[in-house]
Amino acid sequence: MQLNKLKISEVAKGLRAGDFSCEDVMKDCLAEISLKNKDLNAYIFVDEKMALNEAKEMDKRFKKGEDLGPLMGIPCGLKDNFNTNGVKTTCCSNMLKGFVPPYDANVVKRLRDAGMVMVGKTNMDEFACGGSTEHSCFGATRNPYDLSRVAGGTSGGSAAATASDMCIYAMGSDTGGSIRQPASFCGVVGLKVTYGRVSRSGITAMASSWDTVGHFAKSVEDAAIVLNVTAGKDLKDATTPDVNVPDYTSFLGKGVKGLKIGIPKEYFGEGIDSEVADKVMEVVEKLKKEGAKVMEVSLPMTKYAVAAYYVMMPAELSANLERFDGIRYGKKPSKSAPQDLVEYYFAARGEGFGSEIKRRIMIGTYVLSAGYYDAYYKKAQKVRTLIIKDFEKAFEEVDVLIAPVSPIPAFKVGELVDNPLAMYMADVLTIPASAAGLPAMSVPAGMSSGGLPIGLQIIAPQFEEGRCFTVGEAVEKVQQ
Amino acid sequence: MLTEEQVRHTAKLARLNLTDEEVKKFAGQLSGVLEYVDILKEVDTEGVEITSQVTGLKNVMRKDDVVQSEATREELLACSELEVDSNQVKVMNAIK
Repeated sequence: MQLNKLKISEVAKGLRAGDFSCEDVMKDCLAEISLKNKDLNAYIFVDEKMALNEAKEMDKRFKKGEDLGPLMGIPCGLKDNFNTNGVKTTCCSNMLKGFVPPYDANVVKRLRDAGMVMVGKTNMDEFACGGSTEHSCFGATRNPYDLSRVAGGTSGGSAAATASDMCIYAMGSDTGGSIRQPASFCGVVGLKVTYGRVSRSGITAMASSWDTVGHFAKSVEDAAIVLNVTAGKDLKDATTPDVNVPDYTSFLGKGVKGLKIGIPKEYFGEGIDSEVADKVMEVVEKLKKEGAKVMEVSLPMTKYAVAAYYVMMPAELSANLERFDGIRYGKKPSKSAPQDLVEYYFAARGEGFGSEIKRRIMIGTYVLSAGYYDAYYKKAQKVRTLIIKDFEKAFEEVDVLIAPVSPIPAFKVGELVDNPLAMYMADVLTIPASAAGLPAMSVPAGMSSGGLPIGLQIIAPQFEEGRCFTVGEAVEKVQQ
Repeated sequence: MLTEEQVRHTAKLARLNLTDEEVKKFAGQLSGVLEYVDILKEVDTEGVEITSQVTGLKNVMRKDDVVQSEATREELLACSELEVDSNQVKVMNAIK
């Protein structure tokens, strides 16, 4: 048996039954990596020796009778914007090539305290800007189902690593869809949490009023197990509120009988591939047979969400990336010889950032520049309020919303890379939930006729991740 | 439509060296994005409050005590590629 193909729940059981060791599981993950990573480019950094040592350490602790819970000894991939103490963290940017942080991100610390063993760092769009993991200084990640296609982005490496069994689960971040969209393209479960549910301390900031930290798993149950560890207040991230963290696995096995599911009609309109819409509705029909009540709802502001996002996100990004100037961290300029400090900034940033980052910094700087703030940023903030009101109204009538994740299945590598606006539109169904800070989960809903995974999105009210798990598990069951 | 001059000015504000080729490319691409986001003008936002924090948290305070972070000063200074002198990173002249 290849242990790397197992789920968290299965590995946890096997380790405690003495069927295999943590080292065995890690060895199988590493074997899969040496077989597949050359083609997929999901991992950009793996230190086999370190990974095996971490696994052996957990075996020792098991032998001593220690039990740190269900994640103990389980191999995990970490997106490269997660600070890892002593291990290179580059955000897949030339700007940070070779950067080694001296501390772990809060969520990495929590996972380590729970016995996580790290496989390696996964590929991403530079500083989490993109929609396909093509904007990485390490090259594109490929889709495990079709190597000519993208894995989605920005957490494409984590999605592809999970889908191709090069880890048991993986961590990512989602600002406008960066977990849900790659999860849908690669056919795995991807959870975006409520804004503030998981600490972002130690994860490179992108758009601060949107950024969230979540994960990829091979089942909804696994996704719930991971959230039990990662969720909660952190003093170092002031946006994490003191909201109770329930046992998320308690939401499993409840079924959807009597549950009210809303189908937002705007998510099935123009530009949505009919096969994608049909697959999602096929699953919804099956949930209906299980006793769920299904009704159509309307979120009329949906079509403005992308525009609001592409004002606010670049604005916040341009401010956050200000700190990358080649002084406290980051690369010294090597292609030119600046004569003073200002020239140094220009050179370090001009050399270090890739094209998509420059493009977004430029948009952000422009919309924040004198005379434009009210017309762009403030206007977008008001539209954001209306998007939130849409959802509030919908959730007065229904418990969750179900919709597609992406309008289309995975596209070809290179297809959209020079057409930024078309790439931005790929996030049209994930951005609205991000705007409202809602939890949303991508769950596989079958395959396209071309053999590509299609994802279904479950959106719930803030801090109701439990509902995503209840419905997500039912979505898995009705397809078995 | 953004002119190349506007692109150069914005790049200056962002402290970003751009090549002539990038200036040309961005003038077109940024114009496209800005034209697109203009659809926000269709939305009547008269009297609508802005949203800057989606979960409604306000003024999260803590005691102003020094908390030793996980990383030491030396470790943080070592993150810089530049020379370190008296616990400070040495930079180029700011004033000629």
